[in-house]
Amino acid sequence: MIAQIAFWVFSIILLVSAAMVVTSRNPVHSVLFLILAFFNAAALFLIAGAEFLAMILVIVYVGAVAVLFLFVVMMLDVDFSALREGFQRYAPVGATVGAILFFELLSVLFGWQFATDAPALRLSQMPAQVENTRALGNVIYTQYIFLFQLSGLILLVAMMGAIVLTHRERHTARRQNITRQQERRVVDTLEVLNLRTGAGVQELGIYRRKPEPALLPAAHGHDDHDDEAHAHHPEGEH
Amino acid sequence: MPQGALAIGLGNYLFVSACLLVLGVFGIFLNRKNVIVILMSIELILLAVNLNLVAFSSALGDLAGQVLAMFVLTVAAAEAAIGLAIVVVYFRNRGSIEVEDVTLMKG
Repeated sequence: MIAQIAFWVFSIILLVSAAMVVTSRNPVHSVLFLILAFFNAAALFLIAGAEFLAMILVIVYVGAVAVLFLFVVMMLDVDFSALREGFQRYAPVGATVGAILFFELLSVLFGWQFATDAPALRLSQMPAQVENTRALGNVIYTQYIFLFQLSGLILLVAMMGAIVLTHRERHTARRQNITRQQERRVVDTLEVLNLRTGAGVQELGIYRRKPEPALLPAAHGHDDHDDEAHAHHPEGEH
Repeated sequence: MPQGALAIGLGNYLFVSACLLVLGVFGIFLNRKNVIVILMSIELILLAVNLNLVAFSSALGDLAGQVLAMFVLTVAAAEAAIGLAIVVVYFRNRGSIEVEDVTLMKG
């Protein structure tokens, strides 16, 4: 009885938040309602006894995918109100297609039954007295190991694709030039002076003022440290 | 048999999942211009599929349904990442994410 009540409460919240995802004006609100929908779907998974998938749904979807959506929505400076024109124009078509689909699904729902040999056709029977996560792990790492590896490969390719698509070279980026680093010698950058004891740098004529901001090299980061090589800078004479 | 989906009734699960799928399809039609909301609608559709798989798995006592739901989740995550990357690149090049503008490959 309690399970029934919980099921319908979670289902109604799930459906309402799904409706808000597709109809809300602000995409940020859409993402937040999507998160709510995922949480309630995780609760439905729990009621069905799939604890591991429920936790995966919360961790992977709410923790990663929804936050990724949130990042993209907030990162792109899009005028979302312009994207909403034609909302009323498309609504009747969408409602018609949705209604047809819904009634087809309902007609399937009321007219189906299990095959008589359905229990015999089970691929991997749920073991009794074993918790869901352990049973799932036993099955994944034995029967479905190649599919599991393949899904890892899919994720790898997706990661590489996302990086390749969105990575770009910036002109202002400071990069390490290893060849140039290796070619530098000590005499290029460092000068050892023989100093009198007790004399200040100003009377020795090696005092270097800070360079004027306008005199600074315009391009930063091109590891030109030549100015430091000339400790006897003319400006330091006075 | 497990007490899971049978205590609720498999039909209830299927009904909720059908509603969710229809809402996702409706969302694709409704937000024809906004790719991000279309991607979210696809996520909703895949969630409905997962709900179906889990409900049947629980009702039949077959773990294969939950394994398949896990793979669906994996592929959906990869799809979301790639889709959003494409959206970001498209926005960078065109300054808009209107799907109706995407006719460059028409020739």
